[in-house]
Amino acid sequence: MIEIHNVHKSFGDAPILKGVTCTFETGKCNLVLGGSGTGKSVLLKCIVGLLKPDIGSITFDGTIFTNNKVEIRQEIRRQIGMLFQASALFDSMNVFENVEFPLQMLTPGMSREERRDRVEFCLKRVGLENAGPKMPSELSGGMKKRVGIARAIAPNCTYLFCDEPNSGLDPLTSIKIDELIYEITHEYNITTVIITHDMNSVVEIGDHIVFLHKGLKLWDGTKDEILNAQVPELKEFIFSSSLVRAAKRIEQEGGSLEEIRQEPSQDI
Amino acid sequence: MVKVFGQFLLFLQSMFVRSERVKVLWRRTLDEAVNIGIDSVFIVSIVAAFIGAVTCVQIAYNLTNPFIPRSTIGYMVREMTILELAPTITSIVLAGKVGSSIAGGLGTMRITEQIDALEVMGINSTSYLVLPRILGAIITFPLLVILAMVLSILGGYLAGTLSGAMTGQEYIEGIRDTFIPYNIAFALIKSLVFAFLVSAISAYRGFYTEGGALEVGTASTTAVTHSIIAILLADYVLAQTLL
Repeated sequence: MIEIHNVHKSFGDAPILKGVTCTFETGKCNLVLGGSGTGKSVLLKCIVGLLKPDIGSITFDGTIFTNNKVEIRQEIRRQIGMLFQASALFDSMNVFENVEFPLQMLTPGMSREERRDRVEFCLKRVGLENAGPKMPSELSGGMKKRVGIARAIAPNCTYLFCDEPNSGLDPLTSIKIDELIYEITHEYNITTVIITHDMNSVVEIGDHIVFLHKGLKLWDGTKDEILNAQVPELKEFIFSSSLVRAAKRIEQEGGSLEEIRQEPSQDI
Repeated sequence: MVKVFGQFLLFLQSMFVRSERVKVLWRRTLDEAVNIGIDSVFIVSIVAAFIGAVTCVQIAYNLTNPFIPRSTIGYMVREMTILELAPTITSIVLAGKVGSSIAGGLGTMRITEQIDALEVMGINSTSYLVLPRILGAIITFPLLVILAMVLSILGGYLAGTLSGAMTGQEYIEGIRDTFIPYNIAFALIKSLVFAFLVSAISAYRGFYTEGGALEVGTASTTAVTHSIIAILLADYVLAQTLL
């Protein structure tokens, strides 16, 4: 479980996070939802230690991460796997070496054969068992995300962070990536935090959702509760998608998708 | 200016805090040494040979006094090559080639979040990425400077003899005249200092790149410019203090 308590972060005079408090539960896909510029990625960077919060604390399973000793922070970091928005695969390494890299660096006691078995297992788990010799430049966007996930889970991470895992992907590939993250989270009982503004992901895999708006947490709940949330900013965000409006209308009143799609968004 | 220098010192210090394992560093340093050294042999050879040749031809052109022996040309080519041309010009050439490569590579890694990926894994990114580049440069620059010295003197020999400015015997006499071994040591000390300056300044510029592809290009250009200025300043300081 990851606990965020009263986290503030500013860049110069511009406040980005204005006291975010929330909890990300173990064994669940925790989604941080919000529009562009609401502070989602800054929150994620604060959690993984790439940015230091101005005020507030972040706790991983009871161990304070912010302002703790370097050794303790390192120990926590070594349990973190992260899928970056652009995958962040190392250009100079092929797929196999990319997945092997954290094992080489973080588990020096592991033999070469053990590492090879683990890499092959992880690549098979994400459906890329034959992609080992390929270079990142030879992969499609979806394949890069899969390799990123394989690299993140290779050292048996306890916490998995995904920064907009669907960005730049077609809807079908997005769903497959979402499903993969969801399966891995539940299979290995890890704490997964996903930054997204994709409502499909919310509906597909949102075990627990936190809605951020202008640096504040305005709402949290489950995917079953989100369509009935009474927070105006959240409603505006959710129902800006005609598909979601349609789903909501059909659920309440019946009607056809085409008819509802024609309506301007402010009518809802 | 002071702030940037302070940040540069902190950047250098960060390489030694939570440094990576010696085995990893050694392997990475060898990789970087090969990248920097082998890839630069061709350009260093071409530049050195032609500089030696041009130096020889121009000295011969200016040396019109019949009372000065022609072997002086060989002597002057040797002195100029060892003391200045080989270490300084080679380092300036390498600042362009290696410096832009280091800054561009690290800058690209920064904007594509590869450096963030290392940090999230708990790896000291400066120790893993920057220290091997600096060590690789420190290993290879002196070797390239020695190569440049040999080829430059050889270029002078070929140019001098083929143009008829002097005989091979005269050139070799000049080369062997009043040789001071310390000059070689001085050139190698200069090459070590230049290697550190080029690799560290370029790595610093690349490591702190912000923005996109345009900023990576800017970081590379700035790295080369600052490295060359640093080389020239250090060249003067070293000449004043060590000669």
